[in-house]
Amino acid sequence: MQIPPPLDPVEAVKRAMPDALLDAKQFRDETTLIIQASQIVKAAQYLRDTPGLVYNFLSDISAVDYYPEYNRPERFGVSYHLYSMLYNRRLRLKVFVPEEEPEVATMTTVWPGANWLEREIFDMMGIHFQGHPDMRRLLMPEDWDGHPHRRDYPLGYEQVQFSFNVEEILKHKPLAEE
Amino acid sequence: MAVVQSPDSYIQEGKWEGNIEQLKGLVSERAFTGETMLLNMGPHHPSTHGVLRLLLELDGERIVNAMPDVGYLHTGIEKNIEAKTYEKGVTLTDRMDYLSPLSNNMAFCMAVEKLVDLDVPERARLIRVVVLELQRIASHMVWLGTHAIDMGAMSVMLYAFREREKILEMLEMLGGQRMMGSYIRPGGVWRDITPDFKPALRVFLDTFPRVIDDFEALLRNNPIWIDRTQGIGVLDPEVALAWGVTGPSLRGSGVNWDIRKAMPYSGYETFEFNVPLGEHGDVYDRFLCRVLELRECVKILEQGYQRLTDKGPFRSDDRKYVPPPRSELGRSMEAVIHHFKLWTEGFSAPDEEVYVAIESPRGEIGCYLHGTGGTKPRRVHFKTPSLIHISALPVMSQGHFIADLVAIIGSVDVVLGDSDR
Repeated sequence: MQIPPPLDPVEAVKRAMPDALLDAKQFRDETTLIIQASQIVKAAQYLRDTPGLVYNFLSDISAVDYYPEYNRPERFGVSYHLYSMLYNRRLRLKVFVPEEEPEVATMTTVWPGANWLEREIFDMMGIHFQGHPDMRRLLMPEDWDGHPHRRDYPLGYEQVQFSFNVEEILKHKPLAEE
Repeated sequence: MAVVQSPDSYIQEGKWEGNIEQLKGLVSERAFTGETMLLNMGPHHPSTHGVLRLLLELDGERIVNAMPDVGYLHTGIEKNIEAKTYEKGVTLTDRMDYLSPLSNNMAFCMAVEKLVDLDVPERARLIRVVVLELQRIASHMVWLGTHAIDMGAMSVMLYAFREREKILEMLEMLGGQRMMGSYIRPGGVWRDITPDFKPALRVFLDTFPRVIDDFEALLRNNPIWIDRTQGIGVLDPEVALAWGVTGPSLRGSGVNWDIRKAMPYSGYETFEFNVPLGEHGDVYDRFLCRVLELRECVKILEQGYQRLTDKGPFRSDDRKYVPPPRSELGRSMEAVIHHFKLWTEGFSAPDEEVYVAIESPRGEIGCYLHGTGGTKPRRVHFKTPSLIHISALPVMSQGHFIADLVAIIGSVDVVLGDSDR
């Protein structure tokens, strides 16, 4: 079987979807493509299915919160780490998500394995994934207040429950009262 | 305070209805008519390998759908690392995958080293490979023992844990602790190998291949074992890739992808070893892949033993990132300053992001690290193989018996500390 020669992902995306690619970055031999949030699924599909790119494996999805200094366009960033088994190289897609409306389209239509990774980000960062089949919390209890991995969420501890403060604690845990 | 009520009164008052509504879309329509049964398995079930809860939808004894529920072991490790300097974060990574703490150390340290562009000396990388392979054997021993005991083969567990004990003793010689040694640090390893390490490794390498023979004799051609494992939990290569399954679980389906071969780190490219592959992607092939991997570990360790010299650098001498040796503190003012700076403030890393993946005993552990420009990370995220493998459990278990589900959970080797972090 003839394997087509590898294409440069930056050039390929720039040619195929010029309005989707906002920026491309190199840091320590890692390529990052900054993609417009509305086009991310299309871009991933293109990178997966085009001969010469074939980024067929989704390694990881992580989210990062740039609070408080905001030296990026928006508050949240979501990074998709793709890997091409054929050409043995990695690529990072990055989208920026605004604070007011933290929403991105789901990647589960491209890779079903994105399911729990996106649930974890929803749980920890409060970023919604539109079209996700099962958008529930993954790690934290269902009735938890807030999203712990946001930078403005304090690194706290579980309050010890005594008889004098039990009502105050249960106020934040509607399901525990049952 | 909640009043204790009998289950009957709950049903009469209709209190369960709210919960059933929440399950819409997760269970099939047959569950609402009562044709299939919902059964809770775990979180404290002996064969779910930790606190994994599974909500099963059953048609008789066959699984229609399994809904895993994780998070019982969530300890906020990633959040805690954000509040610590890079050097101090290493100790927390030990606690994620508690059966192979050194792999977690390695992923985190490699990410830190990549972020600050820190070189590791040749001999330190060799020591890292040796301890990582020891850790791989130790982790596979726990997997083999518990996997076999789940299926009723008691004696394997006792042999496996005996061997693991020998490895933990060797790790104690190096890191001072049996399990959570934090032996791998940014820039190298914590301290040099001790004089009794190499003789102990020699004895282990001489005896262990015969123990693998024993394991194979006990299980590989055992007709009961074959009956229980062949054709169970089949994972096609395309499905495995789509779900992001990695490690021996992926190789059991015949996909030749091992990060040690594909993107070698820490000098794995200089070692000769093979990557065992399965064919059918069932529980038996995943089992066989791991058992054959043990022999490859011994091969790597044998080469590591030959190359490991008694003296040499064991961590980088870049004083801005790695603390000076104790002996220098008494006579060098600069060393004292470096030491003080590293232990109070820590070192700074740029406001950039890196992603590093290594091959842990379970699969790809990825570490996504984002610096702030200061001494603490902005975000650390671990992509852990167990989380992905648990999310793929429903695909593997549909249509099988509950007893086979136990075999499937064992075959993908999940550790709940790894998935929940």
